[in-house]
Amino acid sequence: MHKRKGKWLMENKWFTISVYSENNVGLLNRISGIFLKRHINIESLNVSKSEIDDVSKFTIVVNTTEKWVHNIVGQIEKQIEVIKAFYHTDDETIYQESALFKIASGLLFDERQIQNIIKDNNAQIVTVSRDFFVIAKSGRRSEVDEMYDQLKPYGIMQFVRSGRISVTKDVMQISAILKEF
Amino acid sequence: MKGVGWRLMETLKEKKTSTDSKKAIQISGAEALIHCLLAEGVETMYGYPGGAIMPVYDELYKFQDKLTHILTRHEQGATHAAQGYARVSGRVGVAIATSGPGATNLVTGLADAQIDSTPMVCITGQVTRELLGTDAFQETDIIGISTPVTKWNYQITEASEIPEVMAKAFYIAKSGRPGPVLIDITKNAQIEKFEFSYKKCTGVRSYKPVPKPEISAIQAAADLINNAKKPFIVWGQGIILGKAEKELKQLVEKAGIPAAWTIMGASALDTDHRLNVGMVGMHGNYGPNLLTNECDVLLAIGMRFDDRVTGRLKDYAKQAKVIHFEIDPSEINKNVFADVAVLGNSKETLGLLLPLIKDSKHEAWHNIFKEKYQIEFDTIIKNDIHPTKPGLTMGEVIEEINLASNNKAVIVTDVGQHQMIACRYAKFSQSKSNITSGGLGTMGFALPAAIGAKMGAMDREVVAIIGDGGFQMTIQELGVIFQHKIPVKIVVLNNDHLGMVRQWQELFFEKRYASTVMVNPDFVKIAEGYSIEAKRISERKDLKATIQEMMASKNPYFLEVKVEQEGNVFPMIPSGASVSEIRLQ
Repeated sequence: MHKRKGKWLMENKWFTISVYSENNVGLLNRISGIFLKRHINIESLNVSKSEIDDVSKFTIVVNTTEKWVHNIVGQIEKQIEVIKAFYHTDDETIYQESALFKIASGLLFDERQIQNIIKDNNAQIVTVSRDFFVIAKSGRRSEVDEMYDQLKPYGIMQFVRSGRISVTKDVMQISAILKEF
Repeated sequence: MKGVGWRLMETLKEKKTSTDSKKAIQISGAEALIHCLLAEGVETMYGYPGGAIMPVYDELYKFQDKLTHILTRHEQGATHAAQGYARVSGRVGVAIATSGPGATNLVTGLADAQIDSTPMVCITGQVTRELLGTDAFQETDIIGISTPVTKWNYQITEASEIPEVMAKAFYIAKSGRPGPVLIDITKNAQIEKFEFSYKKCTGVRSYKPVPKPEISAIQAAADLINNAKKPFIVWGQGIILGKAEKELKQLVEKAGIPAAWTIMGASALDTDHRLNVGMVGMHGNYGPNLLTNECDVLLAIGMRFDDRVTGRLKDYAKQAKVIHFEIDPSEINKNVFADVAVLGNSKETLGLLLPLIKDSKHEAWHNIFKEKYQIEFDTIIKNDIHPTKPGLTMGEVIEEINLASNNKAVIVTDVGQHQMIACRYAKFSQSKSNITSGGLGTMGFALPAAIGAKMGAMDREVVAIIGDGGFQMTIQELGVIFQHKIPVKIVVLNNDHLGMVRQWQELFFEKRYASTVMVNPDFVKIAEGYSIEAKRISERKDLKATIQEMMASKNPYFLEVKVEQEGNVFPMIPSGASVSEIRLQ
């Protein structure tokens, strides 16, 4: 378990919880139940494969105190199918979110500013069709929000943003744990 | 456990001779399940049949000479019986039920076993795989429902999964910090045939049941203990689950440390041991609660700092260095910050600690406990166990049971005033003797748990102490006692109230006794309806002889004791108060 020296900080902060686990039906329910029991909201959740074959990775973002995130990570790690769980603050991780914007095609030609917005935000056009085009943007939450605000006046047909994905600056010792078995 | 492997081989051999020995043996999932249970050493299980589990019951019928199935009268009773069996024997308790309502009726027992770390495997039938998710008759998502109250659960949808999953279920239930496991088996998986072979589970790669002790932490703990002036031990069920009773006793004696127990730790050290200073917690003893806030080193072993133990956390043992011996890493720093955390199995960690501990005595410190005990004795205990006023007290009944059983009985309690009184005054001279619902506080626990306890320890006297409220929550299990002539002693301490709630209403709700007055039936007649020898007493003069008669009986025995109606349990740490604010009245 992630251990910090001394007493917990008591103010709410953003924490990224990384969970390495077996890929089993029902585990998501088990993990989300841990938050439910403590009345703590999950701000974002992403499940993907990890750097290790046959090991899944949950990336969960919460805004809470360190005491609670420590408690939660302990409970998550206790689940039989969880190999290891960690928590990190924002400055201990490299993190991103992805967003998709669906915009009416006409705007791409009628509103020159749209192209500038795409360029300035380092976004990409994923597809263009007769009726709409789709812009993909990756970055921090604030960067995605900024682009959203810029596009909003022109009309956004659909918008979606993914959960946070992150990697840590420190090493996460998973392979060593699995080798022990 | 001897003979288990033999039994499996024997049954398989019988099978082999009846079929072509060259052909692989194909058996049904249901029969495979029975072989798994036998291979895990299961001799007794508790349950209730129904549509979705019928193929398994059909096999239970065929294997009834090898595997005893007790038909409880409600699935909740099956779980508590399995718990009682597990707690008294240290083995895995097994309960079985059908899908839908059968499965949901297991939930209370699962939650109880989860919070009290009781090894239990529950098996439920489920609708056939094709019907999953169709809202079929008696379909319920028991995996979803039981997830928060199980250590692990799994749904089997094909027969071939059965051996590996069952092996894993038993391994997980009993290893590390034990807990309940639920295995849901769709009906098709019970019927399908497959080639059966069984291998016991020895590990799961994502699960580390017992952390490796760190020698540096053990040394740090020893240093704190050796330099302590006022050390204090609080132990919990971790001693019993870790089979560390001997090590605890050695530590207490060698270091000369006064030691107290949580309700779940009761009986791990003889009640009469000179350094056993009593129970901590809301209705625990005066000295150990008060002095928690005066010790300089608090050594917590196999306990989890439940709120009923700590009272207000921010005023709990703040002056003390806290050493926490614990098998479950998630308990460290969960409620109380540990200056030194020693992870591992208590038998192993205490074994490593002992050679580092200097012989010591803390007589002056121990004397303070004795002084506090004297105060508690004069104001409370004396009146509880040697009352002079008219009206029987719960305490004097427990005292008579101690005398008649020579402190050797297994005491099974329900929840409420009688439970607190029984745990305060019952005397234990053997481990695994206090079976109660500690964490969940499940009324209705005691009667079925006593059935399981008796079956798990046939050579021991089992006395169930139950209130008039809790008794009626699982009263139907008298049917099991009747049918199988299970010689448990049932003592209902009847105050015609839901006593603990009434006590709170008296103290904190200006005596507004909302729904706590019980209008009770004639319990003796009910017991007699089940052909159980039954008596009712209400006078002190009848107490001793009746208890002696009950304890001498070789049969099930029901005793209703009419006790004072408005008795209160003291001392008491009011909810949300500090252990220092413990009230004597």
